[in-house]
Amino acid sequence: MAAVQDGQMELDAEKETKPEILSDGTSNLSGNTASGTLSSSPLTAAPAGGAPKMEDQQTLIAVLQFLKRNKLTDSVEILRREAGLGEDQEDSQATDGSGGGKGDVDGGDANSLLSRVSITSAAAPQSMPVKRADDQPDVSVVLSAYSQQGDPSLYQVYYSGLKNFIESVLDCHRAELSQLFYPLFVHMYLELVYNNHENEAKAFFEKFSGDQECYYQDDLRVLCGLTKKEHLKGNEVLLDFRTSRFVLRISRDSYQLLKRHLQERHNNQIWNIIQEHLYIDIFDGMPRSKSQIDSMSGSLAGEGRRELNKAKVFHGLLKEPEIEVPLDDEDDEAENEEGKPKKKKTKKDSLGSKSKKQDPNAPQQNRIPLPELKDSDKLDKIMYMKESTKRIRLGPENLPSICFYTLLNAYQGLTAVDFTDDSSLLAGGFADSTVRVWSVTPKKLRKVKSAADLNMIDKESDDVLERIMDEKTASESKILYGHSGPVYGVSFSPDRNYLLSSSEDGTVRLWSLLTFTCLVGYKGHNYPVWDTQFSPFGYYFVSGGHDRVARLWATDHYQPLRIFAGHLADVTCTCTRFHPNSNYVATGSTDRTIRLWDVLNGNCVRIFTGHKGPIHSLAFSPNGKFLASGSTDGRVLLWDIGHGLMIGELKGHTDTIYSLKFSRDGEILASGSMDNTVRLWNSMKAFDEVETDDFTATTGHIHLPDNSQELLLGTYHSKSTPVTHLHFTRRNLLLAAGAYNSQ
Amino acid sequence: MAEERRQKLCSVILPTESMKAMAESVGVGSLQEDSCLALSEEVSYRIKEIAQDALKFMHHGKRRKLTTGDIDHALKLKNVEPLYGFQSQEFIPFRFASGGGRELHFYEEKEVDLSDIINTPLPRVPLDVSLKAHWLSIDGVQPAIPENPPPVPKEQQKTDSTEPLKAVKPGQEEEGSIQTKGQGASSAEVKGKEKMRMKPRSTHELSVEQQLYYKEITEACVGSCEAKRAVCVCVCSQGPKFKEFCLALFIRCNIMNSKYTTKHLLFPLHELIPAVVTCIVSKQLCLRPDVDNHWALRDFAARLMAQSCKTFSTTTNNIQSRITKTFTKALLDDKTQWTTRYGCIAGLAELGHDVIKTLIIPRLSVEGARIKAVMDGPVVSNIDKIGADHVQSLLLKHCASVVAKTRPLPDMVDQYKVDYGYLGTMLCSHVVKARAQAAFQAQTVNRTTLTITQPRPTLSVSQSGLSTSSGSRAPSIIKVPSSLTLMSTRPGTPTQPSPPATKYIVMATSAGAASTQQVITLSSSQSGSPVTSTVPSTPTSLQPLVKLESGNTGAVSGSRPLQKYIVVSLPSSSSSLENKSSSVLPSSTSPISMESAVKLERSESPAANTQSH
Repeated sequence: MAAVQDGQMELDAEKETKPEILSDGTSNLSGNTASGTLSSSPLTAAPAGGAPKMEDQQTLIAVLQFLKRNKLTDSVEILRREAGLGEDQEDSQATDGSGGGKGDVDGGDANSLLSRVSITSAAAPQSMPVKRADDQPDVSVVLSAYSQQGDPSLYQVYYSGLKNFIESVLDCHRAELSQLFYPLFVHMYLELVYNNHENEAKAFFEKFSGDQECYYQDDLRVLCGLTKKEHLKGNEVLLDFRTSRFVLRISRDSYQLLKRHLQERHNNQIWNIIQEHLYIDIFDGMPRSKSQIDSMSGSLAGEGRRELNKAKVFHGLLKEPEIEVPLDDEDDEAENEEGKPKKKKTKKDSLGSKSKKQDPNAPQQNRIPLPELKDSDKLDKIMYMKESTKRIRLGPENLPSICFYTLLNAYQGLTAVDFTDDSSLLAGGFADSTVRVWSVTPKKLRKVKSAADLNMIDKESDDVLERIMDEKTASESKILYGHSGPVYGVSFSPDRNYLLSSSEDGTVRLWSLLTFTCLVGYKGHNYPVWDTQFSPFGYYFVSGGHDRVARLWATDHYQPLRIFAGHLADVTCTCTRFHPNSNYVATGSTDRTIRLWDVLNGNCVRIFTGHKGPIHSLAFSPNGKFLASGSTDGRVLLWDIGHGLMIGELKGHTDTIYSLKFSRDGEILASGSMDNTVRLWNSMKAFDEVETDDFTATTGHIHLPDNSQELLLGTYHSKSTPVTHLHFTRRNLLLAAGAYNSQ
Repeated sequence: MAEERRQKLCSVILPTESMKAMAESVGVGSLQEDSCLALSEEVSYRIKEIAQDALKFMHHGKRRKLTTGDIDHALKLKNVEPLYGFQSQEFIPFRFASGGGRELHFYEEKEVDLSDIINTPLPRVPLDVSLKAHWLSIDGVQPAIPENPPPVPKEQQKTDSTEPLKAVKPGQEEEGSIQTKGQGASSAEVKGKEKMRMKPRSTHELSVEQQLYYKEITEACVGSCEAKRAVCVCVCSQGPKFKEFCLALFIRCNIMNSKYTTKHLLFPLHELIPAVVTCIVSKQLCLRPDVDNHWALRDFAARLMAQSCKTFSTTTNNIQSRITKTFTKALLDDKTQWTTRYGCIAGLAELGHDVIKTLIIPRLSVEGARIKAVMDGPVVSNIDKIGADHVQSLLLKHCASVVAKTRPLPDMVDQYKVDYGYLGTMLCSHVVKARAQAAFQAQTVNRTTLTITQPRPTLSVSQSGLSTSSGSRAPSIIKVPSSLTLMSTRPGTPTQPSPPATKYIVMATSAGAASTQQVITLSSSQSGSPVTSTVPSTPTSLQPLVKLESGNTGAVSGSRPLQKYIVVSLPSSSSSLENKSSSVLPSSTSPISMESAVKLERSESPAANTQSH
């Protein structure tokens, strides 16, 4: 499958080059006529003579460079022979080109020449390293850069021509083709800016920015400030937008219609953009409706490619470790001593059934190496089993109680909260760079005794773990100092011995909860780290930050094990989450997409689009099949991981959703928001109501039922306290946390 | 919409003048216009970029407000050194100045004397971050505790308390729709309501010692010793076990007056209110409702309720509107018993004229029809008849004064009949009487104030028993607010010509507008306990309200001659009347008899004194 795909892409790449060369020729015609000052330019003094020929040559040289770099020597030879270029000519061309490039920049000459700058600068990578680094990172990028040259004043005509055409087509096609507006608009605008047609760019923006969908508002705000070519250099987001291809999903009929129209009109400008910068995912069948398109669109990079979401994801849960059974017997023995034989039997049965059931979707047990269970982990597992027998079964008739932990006097600003799995500890990250840990049970926090004192302890005694603790240090909360910027993410390790925190200072720190000191500072992100989270099995953790990548770490490695790159913008806060089976990591981003990454090979296996604002919260369902995401637009979207489909939309919040959590059995989804409310949703019903037949599964066309009100089970207002974190205890009591905002 | 959006998105750049000013501030004198333009474009773009990055920090800091810190961090992202000195959290103290055709915004830097800073006392250390837990929801229902926001917003509360009828009706409709739907979001609510209804009645089992204790307390409460009572109130409020039944006891013993509730805050409101409401609206309060006078208890409890509503109603607990709603709901129900109906009306009536006007008067015709059905129809039970009778007199009593005030003259019986139905006729006569009384009181007030400076008839109740006061003291008494003076009126007034019953009006001058006026009927007969009625005064009216008690009501037998004291409260401003009227003094006739009556009263029932304070 993958191989076939690759082949297609190569074909595409070949196609791309053709129209470009063609259009170069045509655009040069206009360039010739437009600029009378060509002769004054150093470029025209190049030996080849005649602008069109020279430009062809330059393109050829660029291709040669590309081939050379990729060690395709035979092809280089063939191309050189066919083009009739000598080796020396190429070199001289390169040096000349560099001179020409400089001259161009200095002279600031007519627009027609500017397109060549990119080519010449690219064609001379060695001679102009600085410029290359600044401007274009790679030759291949150059080939797809804005090198075409149409009359800038005609851009508006082109665009409005297309607009009129799309508005005149049949309704069913109009909705699909309307998707073209936004990417075309952005690319045309950037092209104008890139080619220094500042006034035309402004006019173009003025005229057409109002037509764009309202959820692109934020992007447009960024765009409107950007009017100079120099501005483009520093803006990574737009650079990515240019280099990555905007993905559109269009039915074959609609595409044919568009193609015919553009060819009839000889509208090369738009055709080129479509060829180069858009990826049109053509499908056979009925065009999609407006609502279907709207539900999926909104991201910075278009929709996810269908093939990409086809990869197999092992979303099942891992088998409970075998070791559990003898352990449970031990536990039973203990219970036997207490004289409770009845309970033992039922527990054993439930456990047996669990271990027997083999989830077909589960990954192999050793797909990624997991840490071995320690004795303390086993004890904890037993505790977990015990508690889960007392768990309340939630449902629409049986809503959970909510205990709200309010942080008072948090003037410095609470930025992140986490609870331990057994709900005994609470950690808060603050904007004043501190991390505070509270014990929410009567058990106080104690440090381990100093080394000298530890020596005096009888290590053979049974209560050695109790003896190592220093009673004098007992307190309800501890403060961890170490970061030099606001702490944006905190996460407890499953065994409650460690705490991770990520901060604006670009580090992730690992703290020991025995000594309450910092153990390791993981440096890798050079920019603020928005979030970090431990794997459900410990050892691994993931972090994501402003540098647009998520990194997978292991606590005993100072360098990341995996770097998940692909997001076009920041990987946002409380938005890097491990799948319950620890084989996948989900990240949400400011580019309004959610990506699911395979921990094993670092591949992106799912892209979910549909949010209209930066994503600020993610939660996996306990069975691993579903994902919930919340964003600044106040909506929660539900996703089926196996099929790669959106399956639900929960509307109700009026502000950013900062926390999401499924109940332990997955019946209820709780969402906490900036609008000071906690809302409970009937997630069971939401999942059940979606019928995923084969058709929707293959095409990805979904009809979302608008049933938010039916799914909403309760809304609970807090007293001007934004809800920062939610957590279900093992018995399904919902804990919420937030800082009281006195203003 | 597109238009609006386009306006928002148009790219604004800084004026070139700013560039010039900034250039000058760093020593670059002459900057060309072109350079300025280029600079301002660049600077504008960079500023926008930084602002957009700063926004990211705001979002991740989970705030709604952009701070200077966010900007610093955004600058740090760009490898730019942050700006130092902008630590102000709330606002950036830029100042605006103009002059010479130039406009400037600048940051004012004051010169600060170091010694001033050193000498100022250190500010208090801000409180440390602390963690506090509360229940946001219990089994899906949000408890009404101070940590949670009021369940309804303030506007809703306002409409609730002013127009409870409106608020009730949608609620009932809602309930209906819920039942038809029977699932979804509102099911939890329904469940909660059902639970409230199903709460079983709790029984208190008492040991022998407890019973003895109870007896002792009862005696102390009902007894005459004030000190004993105070002690027992204290004891009861501390012993949680007895609270509930002691509370009921207190209310039944009529000693639960405002003094105790406000002074000691004996019981938390949530314990107090159900008990009081029970006393108002309970179907049966005593073993023999046809004989025992439980109506008085209802009256009293209603008054207490009104008192606590005034004192304790806040936006959080919202007592008044909740109570009003409860009463209104019961009143609207056709199946409500007469006893409960009486309680509801009494409870509402005590809440003030506005409540009577909006809630009771519109119901008059309906209630009238109901009363008529009982009175004129076949006799079903004596209890019903008594109940209807009481409701009727209660309605007339409360509505007459309000109608008298709101309804323009003339009072036509026919018109009343049309407007108020069965009760119209009686109401009309009551209104006429009320108007006459008002007029008479206006008269008597004038007249009594004339007598104030008269040395002999003026009595000061606040001064224990010393009835003879000198003429020089009288003006000082009237100046002191809320001091009580007793004075006589001429017996030969047109409304009350019979010589055996003499009326005394006790006037309490008070500054507060919302004071209640107490009308005390002090009877000289030894059998009757004093009947007190309180009429809440409307804040705007300067004309005092006077309540005349006819001698035949209550437990006092009609055959005996009565002496009545009517207490009228007047706004303090009325003291100006005294000088003007001092010339007509010698007209009062029977100061001595009154004097003796007061003495008599005081010796017989001390409780009356405590109540009139």
